[in-house]
Amino acid sequence: MTESRKIMLLEFGWWLVWVQFQAAAIRFAGFDWQLAITDAGISNFILGWEGYVIVIMLRYYQPKQSRIYYLLLWSAALAIICVLMIEFLLGIIYDENAEYLRFLDNTFVMRFGFSFLMLAFISVIGWMWYYLQTQQKDETRKADVEKMSRDAELYSLRQQLQPHFLFNSLNSINALIAVEPEKARTMVQQLSDFFRGTLKRQESHKVTLSEELVQLKLYLDIEKVRFGHRLKTEIIHDEECDKMTIPSLLMQPVVENAIKFGLYDVTGDVLLTIRAEIKDKMLRVCVENPFDPETAVPQKGTGFGLRSIERRLYLLYGRNDLLSTEKEGDIFRTCILIPQTT
Amino acid sequence: MKVIIIDDEPLARSIVKEYLANYPEVEVVQECGDGFEGVKAIAQHQPDLIFLDIQMPKITGFEMLELIDNPPDVIFTTAFDEYAMQAFDAHAVDYLLKPFGRDRFDKAIQKWKSQANKSAVRPLMEDSVKQPEEHNRVVVKSGNAIKILPTSEIHYIEAYDDYVKIHTKDGFHLKKKTMNFFEKALDVSQFVRVHRSYIIALSQLTKIEMKEKDTHLAKMQSGNLIPMSKTGYLKLKEVLGI
Repeated sequence: MTESRKIMLLEFGWWLVWVQFQAAAIRFAGFDWQLAITDAGISNFILGWEGYVIVIMLRYYQPKQSRIYYLLLWSAALAIICVLMIEFLLGIIYDENAEYLRFLDNTFVMRFGFSFLMLAFISVIGWMWYYLQTQQKDETRKADVEKMSRDAELYSLRQQLQPHFLFNSLNSINALIAVEPEKARTMVQQLSDFFRGTLKRQESHKVTLSEELVQLKLYLDIEKVRFGHRLKTEIIHDEECDKMTIPSLLMQPVVENAIKFGLYDVTGDVLLTIRAEIKDKMLRVCVENPFDPETAVPQKGTGFGLRSIERRLYLLYGRNDLLSTEKEGDIFRTCILIPQTT
Repeated sequence: MKVIIIDDEPLARSIVKEYLANYPEVEVVQECGDGFEGVKAIAQHQPDLIFLDIQMPKITGFEMLELIDNPPDVIFTTAFDEYAMQAFDAHAVDYLLKPFGRDRFDKAIQKWKSQANKSAVRPLMEDSVKQPEEHNRVVVKSGNAIKILPTSEIHYIEAYDDYVKIHTKDGFHLKKKTMNFFEKALDVSQFVRVHRSYIIALSQLTKIEMKEKDTHLAKMQSGNLIPMSKTGYLKLKEVLGI
């Protein structure tokens, strides 16, 4: 709103200047001051009002650059209305002053020309003002969108790298080098294979279940070295599932979540189970981890990982009912249904 | 000198032990896999120094420290990034970013030894690095047991000398923290500090009673009446939108 107020203020100042000019001109033409001021006041009042109308119109509709001649058409139309109203009003007020009436007649074209120029000027200025405003807004929006996509990209990159997992694994390797160098070597290999697998795959890509399980197994093996005997894993899958397809790396965050939840929510040993089966011609993969029903605070944090999986499933299959979680005693289960397109 | 290593990853403990082997004057009296064991071991052995991981089962390393009245010197060992840990720099002897080499480890030990004589109390910075799970829970000691209290179970919090009393349906828990800490840590849409000495849970509020002009009391579901200061009353009204 402040920008339109600025425009109005500008217009008002402009208007005052012109009232004085016009009054002086009419006085110079030989009429008295009172008449000169009345004429100038009324003429410019109507003109000013029409200028205001133009600015208001521009606020709601700004013609495109190719249609900028609209501004001239509007100005011409409004200028005619303006002059007709001036002549009519002043003609009524001074209907006994023959000399002045003649003067009005004679100045019709001049008044029209003057009004037209003024209105055209106001509309062009106003148009430019709004044009700049929209451009500026567009630019900030564009910058915002760019920043958002950059942030998202950075986030996904960081997710891919999983610094916490990487640094802890490196720390384990560091410890193994002294005590079990062979095992350290194996872990370096596993870690490399895991990251290579992560980098190679694209989000849109689909792989077979057995390929996805190989990647998950790599991840779990590394985690088992880190957490020692505390972590036990079990992968159960029907043979006919092996050839079914699954979006690549879909299960990775689910398993990470289960590990985080399992290992950090209970203090004893943790059994993590991955179960794959066929259900209603779809592939169903479930991940189970223990949790402590007494202290498990409904966590906002864990929601994020699962929500992004839900979002991905929605983008891939257009369905919102593919991910489900349930609690059974002290077991937390996350299941994903994957429709098979043949 | 007695040392305890607290980390949930066995290999992470073993590397600390390996590096410590160069210091015969230092004895590792116990290794712990989580904060609960840590609290017990520290009470039992009164170590001079602990190596402490941050992300551990059940309670974080920070939460564990909160449960100890006179914490020993601490060297954090963590995979967290440097920026997060810098906040703790002044409050711990040192922090080691995993994976760390022997040189860096030796430096931390040197730093500890040079500080050991002027063992000033190093209170933990209260609102710096919070883990996401710490936002909706509070760890308290009740008797010998450690309890993880979801913030949803808090009825109100009352100032009590150097402590606060955290009132729940089963009575109260004491915790050595300030009111300001809780005012900042708790969700502002659910908890309001209505008085210098009181923070109430909105879910437990049943009625606002007027005692006399300008003096209001908050009536809780348990029946307790909580005094409110003038500004506290205004703040409460603002949060409730009345």
